[in-house]
Amino acid sequence: MKAPSRTTRSVLLVIFLALIAAPIVMKRLQARREQGKARLDSSLALRRYGFYLQDVAQASGITFTHQAPTLDPKLDHIMPQVASMGAGASVVDFDRDGWQDIYLTNSGEGSKNSLYRNMGDGTFKDVAGDVGVADVNQIGTGVSMGAVWGDYDNDGYDDLFVYKWGRPEMFHNDGGRSFTNVTAQANLPSWINANTAIWFDYDNDGLIDLFVGGYYSEDVDLWHLKTTRMMPESFEYAKNGGRKYLFHNLGGGKFEEVSSSIGINSRRWALAAAAADLRGTGHQDLFIANDYGVSELYFNDGKHFKEVGEQTGVGFAPKSGMTAAFGDIFNQGRYAIYVSNISEDGVLIQGNNLWVPKEGTSGDGLRYENLARELGVELGGWSWGMQFGDLNNDGTLDLYLTNGYVSADRNQSYWYDFSKVAGGNTTIISDAANWPPMGGRSLSGYQQKRAWLNDGAGHFVDVAQAVGATDTYDGRAVVLADLWNRGVLDVVVTSQRGPLLIYKNTVAPENKWIGFDLEGTKSNRSALGAEVKLFWNGRVQVQTVSGGSGFCSQNQRWLHFGLGNAAQVEKAEIRWPSGVLQVIDKPTVGQINRIKEPA
Amino acid sequence: MSEVTSEQGVSAPLELPGRKRFRFDNRYIAPLFITCILLVGHLSYGFLESYSKTALAIAASIVTEIILGRIFFGKWLNLASAYITGISVGILVRSPAYWPFALGSVISIMSKYVLRVKGRHIWNPSNFGLSVLFFLAAETVAGLSIQWGNYFAPMVVIWLLGSIIIWRAKRLHISATYVLSFFAFAFLRSWIIGDPWQSEVAPITGPMYQLFVFFMITDPKTTVRSKGGQCVVVVIVAFVEMLMRLAEILYAPFYALFLVGSTAMVVEIIRDARKRA
Repeated sequence: MKAPSRTTRSVLLVIFLALIAAPIVMKRLQARREQGKARLDSSLALRRYGFYLQDVAQASGITFTHQAPTLDPKLDHIMPQVASMGAGASVVDFDRDGWQDIYLTNSGEGSKNSLYRNMGDGTFKDVAGDVGVADVNQIGTGVSMGAVWGDYDNDGYDDLFVYKWGRPEMFHNDGGRSFTNVTAQANLPSWINANTAIWFDYDNDGLIDLFVGGYYSEDVDLWHLKTTRMMPESFEYAKNGGRKYLFHNLGGGKFEEVSSSIGINSRRWALAAAAADLRGTGHQDLFIANDYGVSELYFNDGKHFKEVGEQTGVGFAPKSGMTAAFGDIFNQGRYAIYVSNISEDGVLIQGNNLWVPKEGTSGDGLRYENLARELGVELGGWSWGMQFGDLNNDGTLDLYLTNGYVSADRNQSYWYDFSKVAGGNTTIISDAANWPPMGGRSLSGYQQKRAWLNDGAGHFVDVAQAVGATDTYDGRAVVLADLWNRGVLDVVVTSQRGPLLIYKNTVAPENKWIGFDLEGTKSNRSALGAEVKLFWNGRVQVQTVSGGSGFCSQNQRWLHFGLGNAAQVEKAEIRWPSGVLQVIDKPTVGQINRIKEPA
Repeated sequence: MSEVTSEQGVSAPLELPGRKRFRFDNRYIAPLFITCILLVGHLSYGFLESYSKTALAIAASIVTEIILGRIFFGKWLNLASAYITGISVGILVRSPAYWPFALGSVISIMSKYVLRVKGRHIWNPSNFGLSVLFFLAAETVAGLSIQWGNYFAPMVVIWLLGSIIIWRAKRLHISATYVLSFFAFAFLRSWIIGDPWQSEVAPITGPMYQLFVFFMITDPKTTVRSKGGQCVVVVIVAFVEMLMRLAEILYAPFYALFLVGSTAMVVEIIRDARKRA
């Protein structure tokens, strides 16, 4: 060996030590940045970020607290981990009084779901029992996971589908006064361990259809296990989950299950689904975020679905998908797709995905790239529900995300035991009996939420702590809705084994807004799948009327656009599911524009 | 990671005798094997977040080796060893950021030039680099944990292929001793803490251990010379790993090898020095 000079050696040693020290320096810098995220007083938050949030659930008369199920005793040792879902939320104006109401699912055996009627005076009243949609968690029928609203018979009133680990329940809305359980007539299966469902009119026949995604296999009764081999066969490649269902609406309150015949065959562990017309074909494509594996994207031609996840790039690297939502984050008239996953320092850094359409790709050649890191929305802890929405009405879509899996003993973590089994062979991971007992330990508990503000220049900044989203509950569903008709998006967040949070939003008054409440005539009356493309100030933003998105959640039906300081809008192009294109010139700013599909 | 391919040390250049020009050089078996693991794993299971990160790790490793090889030896080195280090960092590091892949590779390669005792480097390069990343950059870096589909068939194939390759390199005794020790200590851990034995055995069925067992603990340059000594060292590695696992330290095997492997090397170097004196 030719010995280098002492100087050379010294220089190399210094470089070497500097490189080793680099992660420590970066950690310190990051910690300094985090310190800058401390809560601001409301006026400062308003000036700096254009909005602030304040939890008013209790003050509004909402006392809902989610209860978790108690499953088969064979799962006792890992019960908090397995029984970790079910706090769903969906917003609807069920009685058409012009105020958004909130339906909440509960998951304790015998517990009641709640339908909080918006009284219009700042308070809510639980009327679920009165109208007949509370008592759906009776022992032996399973427990609720979530619910979605859609007017399946086009009578003008949104009907309710409750998906459960158990017997699904369909309720017909009888004029906003009461509900009739129509599960038997609807021809639904007797048992689905479902964790997601959305309404969408996949064939544009004017009748909304229902997609339901299974999580555990439908032959598993979680209260009476025949075997403990019911866990995923792999942490990232599992295909032993529940089947998928697409219930084609035949009219007259009847549905026909058609998933296999039109190309949806999957046994991945679905946790979220969302639909939007990603290719401009006039048909809504279907995105499914799966736990323990890759996401799936189905292109829809109105008659058949084709799975193109790998082809488009969104379904290649497996993660733990827990939410799915669409948002035109760049104001380009194209949807990005957000999928939440798991990130835990030093253990598992999956990172959330923000799938953005690649430049120059469209139609069947559509391709996506994950820009979550570049845009600053990648790390959100053990992420669950999220939604896109313009939180400060500045004209760009922001992103609210909740997180946290099991918050128990703050000083003890289950991560070590979790990770050693999760990485094991399928014969080990798939058997619940092999999982070490949790023993009161936390698993990604007490996490800080994210309110990622879109700066309009290609970057998001987390301002959750600064604007008042300071809870550390185990968040699940996130819903954005204008609960008090003020032209702002309030944030509804459910918590596993925790209270409901209603973050009332106060937005800087100089920022304007506009709303669109659509009603189909040839198209389905709920206008699910209708798109509004708004043009103002040289900007364009597209939003679609959704029948469910995020994790076990559904936003308000009508579309809310922030406009920044623009006092006028050039036009709104509405593309109805029927194919009709309607242009509204200079729609009125600062109000909800109620638009009926032209005959 | 392992320098199975570089028995002659970091200075070993690629010099094939003319009559053996068309014979396959044993030094390239391990790089080929690990490349196969990477490609098959990615094409069948998509286990890489992106090609670019792995490419960055490999490139950083190779460039560092070239530069330091010129500085220290004044010649172009065989890059098989650096390639294995880079590809190992590319597989074993999981991070949404790019920099850990470059940093891990550079630190790994530099460690074998900068940290030397009596002319010998004492840490397996990738073990050093990965331990530094896991310990100091936990908020950005995690280790590979679950990327073979958790299925039985690929696991068996890789264990068999790896065993054959390591046997050809005359180092199967090291891997076998470690595996047996791991199982023994896994059962002991299970008895101590009361968890199912399957959960204690589970980690070794994952891909991280396949790379650890075949490429890291067998590194000729950072293992003691005698066969008996090699076996004793890996038993101690497994024992220290058990203690760390009892303390719920996630990257116990890397840290155990980091501590025990280097200590064993220092002890051997000191004994050699005393003998010469």
